[in-house]
Amino acid sequence: MSTAGLLTGPQFMDGDHACAEGAIAAGCRFSAGYPITPSTEVVERLAARFPEVGGVFIQMEDELAASITIQGAVWAGAKAITVTSGPGFSLMMEHLGLAAMTETPCVFVDVQRAGPSTGLPTLPAQGDMMQARFGSHGDYQIIALCPDSPQDCLDQTIRAFNLSERFRVPVLLMMDECVGHMIERVVIPEPGTCEITPRRMTALPQGAEYLPYATKDCCDMVPDMTEAGRGHTPHITGLTHDERGYPAMNTDAQRDLMLRLRDKILKFEPEIRDVRLDQVDGADVVVVCYGITSRVAIPAIETARAKGLKVGWLRLVTAWPFPEPVIRDLAARVKAFVVPEINLGQMVLEVERCAAGRARTIHVPHAGGAVHDPNDILRAIEEAAR
Amino acid sequence: MAQAEIRIAGFGGQGVILAGMILGRAAAIHDGKHATMIQAFGPEARGSACSAQLIISDEPVRYPYVQRARYLAALNQDAYHRFEPQLAGDGVLIYEEDLVALRPDQRPGIQAHGIPATRIAEEIGRKIVLNIVFVGFFAAVTGLVSLDAVRRAVAESVPPGTEQLNLAALERGIEHGMRLTAGAA
Repeated sequence: MSTAGLLTGPQFMDGDHACAEGAIAAGCRFSAGYPITPSTEVVERLAARFPEVGGVFIQMEDELAASITIQGAVWAGAKAITVTSGPGFSLMMEHLGLAAMTETPCVFVDVQRAGPSTGLPTLPAQGDMMQARFGSHGDYQIIALCPDSPQDCLDQTIRAFNLSERFRVPVLLMMDECVGHMIERVVIPEPGTCEITPRRMTALPQGAEYLPYATKDCCDMVPDMTEAGRGHTPHITGLTHDERGYPAMNTDAQRDLMLRLRDKILKFEPEIRDVRLDQVDGADVVVVCYGITSRVAIPAIETARAKGLKVGWLRLVTAWPFPEPVIRDLAARVKAFVVPEINLGQMVLEVERCAAGRARTIHVPHAGGAVHDPNDILRAIEEAAR
Repeated sequence: MAQAEIRIAGFGGQGVILAGMILGRAAAIHDGKHATMIQAFGPEARGSACSAQLIISDEPVRYPYVQRARYLAALNQDAYHRFEPQLAGDGVLIYEEDLVALRPDQRPGIQAHGIPATRIAEEIGRKIVLNIVFVGFFAAVTGLVSLDAVRRAVAESVPPGTEQLNLAALERGIEHGMRLTAGAA
């Protein structure tokens, strides 16, 4: 791939623009989108930058079109991204399921704003976390990452592409309005300095019998891809399918496919896991947080520590698959978890489930439209430590 | 300086956001500090009023919003009225002196420094560079960013071909600020 037009080095830019630069650094050269606040700056940037690097951005008629167009581009060989916010994310759910079912590697970005419906377009929330996991119908797994700064928007966008190629799964970058619009120093890596996961392309020659959904062995549950024009004539469908990709309308095929789509992610949770920890060993209370809230929690934690409380910090960079073993292990050692999030109770349910009554779980809700007052988090820590 | 919380506000079209971007860039890219800027979005960002929050810090910025501004850059009367009451009692007010009339009961603990940035920009020949004049003045008076850093940040932030004009505007603002601080010393 040509590196002409690549932007590198330190910049002062917002999280939305950093996400766009991350996509370019990851080798993405196709995007279809339908602009919506607070994600508009991502596609604005892609529309401006793609022509400089040989990419294509198409503004579609709506989010349904955007989220299916990227999948066509992927099967034509491109790395592709679509970008939206709450109302558009809801419209994309149908095609998120299609990407999961057809194992189409692609990246969906949701810059979360307060909802439901059109809600507060210009203000932050973290209310789409369960929708990210369960928003489309049927059983499937996705990967979701939560950046907490413009630099992290860039880094996690690159990782989102890498994971999508590694596992052939849609990866969701769950930003929020605050990290999207916040402007900070962002260092764009030089070409060749960041790890880029290539597509798992079949090595079979044209004309050979290629089974688009056949896996090589029990340990690697991800099939090799092809692309249009290679002469493999793959059949890609949202219907339950066999190894050939042909519809297979029976319970055995359904079971085999569902279990593989589940296991190819959940069995590799430790590989996908990215949690950041600070002083959790010996802590009485661990604050579990993600996205912008993981920064807002730090002043509260520092104040609590200054008062002599033993408080740890656990940031979920990977929100899905949920890092169950980490919470299970901590639940046996701490008194309580404190879970601040800008919604009325979503990821806290996962913490509670994994704690399974062995440690208290105290939620610090926020209805959206702003970030937490750190004092609210501090009060919950103090209550948890009692 | 551990952490400086700054509010910059004025009319849309005065270059308020670019002023914040230049100061943030100077701190974060050239002074090796941490800077976080958030601009106002929503209805208040359309039409007349425009504002940005900027935090410059030696340490990584955690909470990204201004909680108690120590610095207010007010480019019009409305910005002064809206944000001066939120300024810390020992804060620093930098204002466009032709566009802001201080209240007679302006809090005495606040250091207030005015500059006729628009008039100076007109003297240079382009009213549009008033924000750059203002940035130079702000940098010289507050010392929050080094003058070298702000010069580089201006050169990198303005449209190609306008660097000379903008750097001239910046120097006028810096000179105005230096005279003022020299006079005070």
